[in-house]
Amino acid sequence: MSDTASTLPELATYHTGYRSPVTERPHTRTILIGLTVLLLCLFLVLPLLSVFVEAFQQGVGKFLETFSIPDARSAIWLTLLVAAIAVPFNLVFGIAAAWAIAKHRFPGRAFLISLIDLPFSVSPVVAGLVYILLLGTNAPIGGFLYENFNIRIIFAVPGIVLATIFVTFPFIARELIPLMQDQGTGDEEAAISLGATGWQTFWYVTLPNVKWALLYGVLLCNARAMGEFGAVAVLSGKLRGETVTMPLQVELFYNEYASVAAFSLASLLAGLALVTLIIKSWLEWRFGDQLATGTRPH
Amino acid sequence: MKRVAFRQPSVIPGFRLTFSFTIFYLFIIVLIPIAGLYFRTFDLDWNSFVSIVTGPRFIAALRLSFVTSAVAALFNVVIGLLIAWVLVRYEFPGRKVMDAIIDLPFALPTAVAGIALTAIYAPNGIIGSLFDPFGIRIAYTSLGIWIALVFIGLPFVVRSVQPVLQDFNREIEEAAATLGARRIQTITRVMLPTLLPSILTGFAMAFARAVGEYGSVIFIAGNIPRQTEILPLLIVFRLEEFNYPAAAAIAAVMLTVSFLILLAINLIQVWSQRRFGLV
Amino acid sequence: MELALKNVTKSFDGFTALNGISLDIRPGELIALLGPSGSGKTTLLRLIAGLDFLSSGQILFGDEDASAKSVQERNVGFVFQHYALFRHMTVLENIGFGLKIRPARTRPPKSEIRRRALELLELVQLSGLENRYPSQLSGGQRQRVALARALCIEPRVLLLDEPFGALDAQVRRELRRWLREIHDATGHTSIFVTHDQEEALELADRVVVMSQGRIEQVGTADEVYDTPNSPFVYSFIGDSNSLPVRVDNGQIWLQDRTIGLTDPTAPNGPATLFFRPHDIELVEGCGGCLAGTVVTSRRVAGTKHVELEIGGAQHRIEVELPIEHPAATKSRLAFRPKRWKVFSAQEQPVYHTSPAPVPAQSVLLQRAAV
Repeated sequence: MSDTASTLPELATYHTGYRSPVTERPHTRTILIGLTVLLLCLFLVLPLLSVFVEAFQQGVGKFLETFSIPDARSAIWLTLLVAAIAVPFNLVFGIAAAWAIAKHRFPGRAFLISLIDLPFSVSPVVAGLVYILLLGTNAPIGGFLYENFNIRIIFAVPGIVLATIFVTFPFIARELIPLMQDQGTGDEEAAISLGATGWQTFWYVTLPNVKWALLYGVLLCNARAMGEFGAVAVLSGKLRGETVTMPLQVELFYNEYASVAAFSLASLLAGLALVTLIIKSWLEWRFGDQLATGTRPH
Repeated sequence: MKRVAFRQPSVIPGFRLTFSFTIFYLFIIVLIPIAGLYFRTFDLDWNSFVSIVTGPRFIAALRLSFVTSAVAALFNVVIGLLIAWVLVRYEFPGRKVMDAIIDLPFALPTAVAGIALTAIYAPNGIIGSLFDPFGIRIAYTSLGIWIALVFIGLPFVVRSVQPVLQDFNREIEEAAATLGARRIQTITRVMLPTLLPSILTGFAMAFARAVGEYGSVIFIAGNIPRQTEILPLLIVFRLEEFNYPAAAAIAAVMLTVSFLILLAINLIQVWSQRRFGLV
Repeated sequence: MELALKNVTKSFDGFTALNGISLDIRPGELIALLGPSGSGKTTLLRLIAGLDFLSSGQILFGDEDASAKSVQERNVGFVFQHYALFRHMTVLENIGFGLKIRPARTRPPKSEIRRRALELLELVQLSGLENRYPSQLSGGQRQRVALARALCIEPRVLLLDEPFGALDAQVRRELRRWLREIHDATGHTSIFVTHDQEEALELADRVVVMSQGRIEQVGTADEVYDTPNSPFVYSFIGDSNSLPVRVDNGQIWLQDRTIGLTDPTAPNGPATLFFRPHDIELVEGCGGCLAGTVVTSRRVAGTKHVELEIGGAQHRIEVELPIEHPAATKSRLAFRPKRWKVFSAQEQPVYHTSPAPVPAQSVLLQRAAV
């Protein structure tokens, strides 16, 4: 036992004229804080603000007009549809992968985790490309589907969904795996020893333990699914009103010099990003102990 | 008779179901498509592959992508360390907001970031107009690409260094001080070496992300062949020409580099675990 | 080097962690700061090192006022409870660190730093491990390296914060003996913090018993054990019993009976009687003694610990008897303390504010828990 913890002062100096040996001079601190705030404002806050400034530069009326353009409306619907398919798919996968990896021991678990993380290190453009090469109408599988069933995957909605699933693949799994590994198998073993079935154990014991981490993963997965650009751009074909998602529509407006329309639609996505950040921070602040340990980059 | 089991026996059910599903899904979504890419590269004979990956346009794009990504990631190491330090060590109003906003580049769709950065740094933009009178152009030059890559890579170093710094044992710093080390010596000789593995990891992740980045760059880049054309954009051009084998070849090169970076990150972690353990 | 603390006070945000500490430490002395958690012993050590700063008072290193000096200027060797080794440096680099970072004009040449580090490694009996990293060492070995690193800068005073706190009991005892040897060999003035009385009593030249930011008693192991000068020291060091009594003209009364003890110097009024479980003699037929009903009787190693209820069920105390003693099987015992002390209620104003005088039983339980 030591009483260090209770007597160790918080960074501040308590005796005027002296400074704790483990912190910096007050003016050094002020300069460093100022520099940080400046950098963050310049690199992060300013771009975010400029989206809204550009969107409203010709007034609220012009801003709202964007959302009555049919192309913009269909882009919003398509984005919602894609996310509504991709997120549940990855949710089921994330839970299954976490159950297999975190609650059982078998050789190669670490390797499997690396494989799950793989899509993070693949360029979105390459992610789109791999599906074109496999499922395009002149590729073996895609050709077969097109000739026999008249199903188009590339330059159509299924391709967009596939690409979105690919780029958001690891989000939920990598939130759940470390947390469920930390929690161990004690609770599940207890439930089973009390006579619970596998499903009951999962539903009444495991799920409540990981619900916040699950929400956290879904949140990040959804933000990326709605915002994905590169992978979707490559294989959407950009058929207006049919295969154009919101980020793609932003690009189309922008390239047509419809600046206000582009930024108005973009501000909707920026709003989504802000909401995501707020809920994410709230989850970290409120349920930090029930999320995976450490803040990991995505 | 003793049976050799793949997994260690346990009372927890559902292994077969979840494990098979995980592997199946992984193969369908990730592994088969990626393998397919390498297969398509083999459609090319060796000479055409070489001529693609030594063509001047490819070489220029490769150099641009890798050099700007490396410079951006290095810059991110410097400011990432500073930001992580300030967020962990100092208490100031607005700290929590600043901490939350670090993740903006992860949350903001890249296309939105791209047009926003272009609006700011274009010659008539709020920052671009400050530099324009001096003949310095940011948007539509490699400087603009660099700005975009700094933006999207900013969280990586901060988020990999932050938890390590958070858990850094105050006693270690005090020990250095009692041994006579000045504050700056403590930071450079004791703390930075300890943070090195997380710095390297953050650098590698920021670099990998920057090399593959597309959405936030293409708006600000100008996309002039051999000058401001990045590798992913070259792939897109090849695709638009329906030159699939060439696109596949470029993608294969990029993908291989990503795997090497991924390997490097894992080796860094294994190395630092072995060397330093969890003291 | 001689060390003097003059009226040292330290408060954090209105909480007084140390209150008027004065202490003189002779050159080459090994001092233990002993006290429970929160008694301020670690704070005091950190103030001496310069890791925290005084609210008021003075710390003198020899004739020199160290209070205003930074930790870097004080040249103290500090050994941390959790070693605080630099994990990216080898053992040798760790030990030589303090010399290596000196400004060029006072820095010894590389070969000299190496020589000195190797010499210290030999002193702490770790020769051959110079190229290991801290993660490759056991806890005891890490603590030795930490000590060597602190000694390498030729400190004016050596400060150790719970140096064995994180080690197994076995290793603790070994290192304890070894630390005494090192101290005798190097002759540094040393202060160590501990909450383990056995460690303090065995190792230190003098023990400083602390409680609630004050010094309770300073003395050799014998002095603090045999003649505790406060109820706190009595109950903190060793096992003890306490009974609420009343003093009347030197006669000591428990409820309505005298117990055959007199202390002519004690003021009249309520007081507390302290004695140790083994400092008693059994008496036959009780006219002026303590008598109680046996509640439980346990054998602990070579003695019998007998728990008694005295004065109905109001007070419980424990006495130690030889195993073969016939009284050990009786259901009622009469005895008289051989060595004891009464502290009158007025003498101990400090303790009225703290958790009131601890009943005998809980004191014993606390001791057992430690």
